[in-house]
Amino acid sequence: MGFMRRVYLDNNATTPVLPEVFEAMRPYFAEQFGNASSIHHHGQETRAAVERARESVAALLGCRASEIVFTSGGTEGDNFAISGLARAGDHIISSTIEHHAVLNSCKHLEAMGCELTYVPVDSRGLVDPDDVRRALRSNTKLITIMMANNETGVLQPVEEFGKIAAEADVYFHTDAVQAAGKVPIDVKRIGCDLLSISGHKLHAPQGVGALYVRKGTILEPMFYGGSHERSRRAGTENVPGIIGLGKATELAREALERGDLAQMSAMRDRIEQKILSEVEATGVNGEGAPRVPNTTNIHFDYIEGEALVIALDLKGLAVSTGAACSSGAIEPSHVLTAMGLPPEIARASLRFSLGKQNTAEDVDFALSLLPQTVARLRELSPVYNRTAVSP
Amino acid sequence: MPQNKTIAVAMSGGVDSSTVAAMLRADGHDVIGLTLQLWNQRRLAGHEGMPEAVQGRCCSLDDVYDARRVAETLGIPYYVVNHEDRFERDVVQPFVEEYLSGRTPIPCSLCNNHLKFDQLLIVAQQIGADALATGHYARVEFDEQRGRWLLKRPADSSKDQTYFLFGLTQDQLSRTLFPLGEMTKPQVRDLARYHGLALAAKPDSQEICFVPGGDYKKFLDAYLAEQGESLPDTAGELVTTDGQVIGEHHGIHNFTVGQRKGLGVATGSPLYVIQIKGDQRQVVVGNQEDLYSRTLRARRVNLVAVDDLSEPMQVRVKIRHRHEGASAVLEKAANDEVLVTFDEPQRAITPGQAAVFYDGDVVVGGGWIV
Repeated sequence: MGFMRRVYLDNNATTPVLPEVFEAMRPYFAEQFGNASSIHHHGQETRAAVERARESVAALLGCRASEIVFTSGGTEGDNFAISGLARAGDHIISSTIEHHAVLNSCKHLEAMGCELTYVPVDSRGLVDPDDVRRALRSNTKLITIMMANNETGVLQPVEEFGKIAAEADVYFHTDAVQAAGKVPIDVKRIGCDLLSISGHKLHAPQGVGALYVRKGTILEPMFYGGSHERSRRAGTENVPGIIGLGKATELAREALERGDLAQMSAMRDRIEQKILSEVEATGVNGEGAPRVPNTTNIHFDYIEGEALVIALDLKGLAVSTGAACSSGAIEPSHVLTAMGLPPEIARASLRFSLGKQNTAEDVDFALSLLPQTVARLRELSPVYNRTAVSP
Repeated sequence: MPQNKTIAVAMSGGVDSSTVAAMLRADGHDVIGLTLQLWNQRRLAGHEGMPEAVQGRCCSLDDVYDARRVAETLGIPYYVVNHEDRFERDVVQPFVEEYLSGRTPIPCSLCNNHLKFDQLLIVAQQIGADALATGHYARVEFDEQRGRWLLKRPADSSKDQTYFLFGLTQDQLSRTLFPLGEMTKPQVRDLARYHGLALAAKPDSQEICFVPGGDYKKFLDAYLAEQGESLPDTAGELVTTDGQVIGEHHGIHNFTVGQRKGLGVATGSPLYVIQIKGDQRQVVVGNQEDLYSRTLRARRVNLVAVDDLSEPMQVRVKIRHRHEGASAVLEKAANDEVLVTFDEPQRAITPGQAAVFYDGDVVVGGGWIV
């Protein structure tokens, strides 16, 4: 099929490592290879770099460096926070739109004897803090509700949850994987005890993440071994990954301070406006709720989002729908269904998510492909021809 | 075959469809690999009688892995398309209902009609493919004289899969390619090796893809339990052809016409299941001779080679996949059904199976035995 222009608008799945991040990591593979636990020069050099990275992550989240535990990514952070706190008999409050890293951790704990409440969301994808308050029980141990949703980008009122948790004296964890680097995060303002982030969602490499653990919070470790990470997480550190995360969080903090995200937000808005004005029977999922600046989730009625993703990929545009299951097939989105979307609209929905590398030309390319591709799918859609075209 | 088309290949992860992809690629076509995700093989794991581990053939992660590896080897784009909802509605639920009403279903034909050559063909067209190719052993060609697309038996009659394909419409046939129609299985394996496909020696799949181990009774139990239902009580009487009650049975779904074992009665001469009367919960048993019948009626008939049965037609009719086919006359009957009258009585005509009509190698059409 020869050379083809390829544009990547699926940055909520993963982001490219930024050149500055890659450069920062480069020495830590072959030159500064020391084990951060070693007492000699090589070890000390690595230790210093790891701790600088920790300070950078802490600066992005507004906490102390000693409150940061490096992990292998968002899934580990979520599992560690939830399973590390809850014991059989405890009650946990979560929501219906969490990432599977949280949902399946909760399901596992349910099977191990915990009680779970999954609070619903409204049609915009927002959790009502009053629902969280009402869900509290005497044995409630933990509230775990995400900060920004991966599919819609909708931001939850996490500060409200933080207040509720503080009043009730229960722990509050938030999965901030899709929020970090996109909106300012201050763990003090949120009032959370635990917050997980993932490196590869903010232009650091895959396989590294961090969990904020408020000082004094006791978590049962997931791994047993040496006394790494203040005995919270055994195992020799993923040094190049950690250095990458340090650089990426530094760049993210600078970008947030400079207000760079306004540009991204403008590009996202342009995608929405163009599609809604040029393609009939479309709409934004999560419209009316506060959202991160890089994400939009749009329904193209009368088509299968899955076929649209494939058709666009064959033309060089990478976007996504729902969450991929183990075979790579697409499952109907639990997030969109939880928002009350009928299954056929949920299946007709596509997510566009921008990254720092995306340009206005990328957006032009996407917008040039979409109307014609959607038209072809609809032309061949039995549902569209039956309902929309018939006079 | 016209050059430089965009062709979607339905890839199951087996040798046949993988070889099809390799052949079309080598011919210079733009090939897109598609795998249908139809059934979650882990779904019933843990239910009684169901294996803990995934053992099913189709849609298992191993098969998707194999298909993906082939696509990588060939350098073609590859996608998995999820149609689990449709599969459950159009294949699994009818399969269960057929057994519970005393018939013996063929899920593969339903899957071909509703999934492979319907949903998948639509997706193929939507993403820009001119045609959909599969690894079925059959031939499709356009007959100028009749102005119709014909479905024909393959060169290798031992692999003939036309019995499962009789439901294809003219529109579906016009967009379908069966590149293996002129080949034998050993040739296909050689070709797979020639194209460097690692799965050239992978064994053929035989069983129904969503019934691990082929035990459909355990599947019914597990599926109904998962649905929060229990197997309806269809226990009843075992009667002879002249209406004499000679015993009881535990449920009509345990029986298939022609079955000899597991009747639970001891008599001098061997007894066979002759008929299952679902509404009366009766299983009729009799001698070998009672199994033979000269006529059958078929419903939901799809005609392929002709547009109408205006007058009776001499054909050969297959009443199950492994049936040789027998001479018969085909004619219209009431209620959109057709009547098949065989020259010689046929053994164990089984409601729920398909009757497929042939004129030489050409599939005239087919329907479901009433």
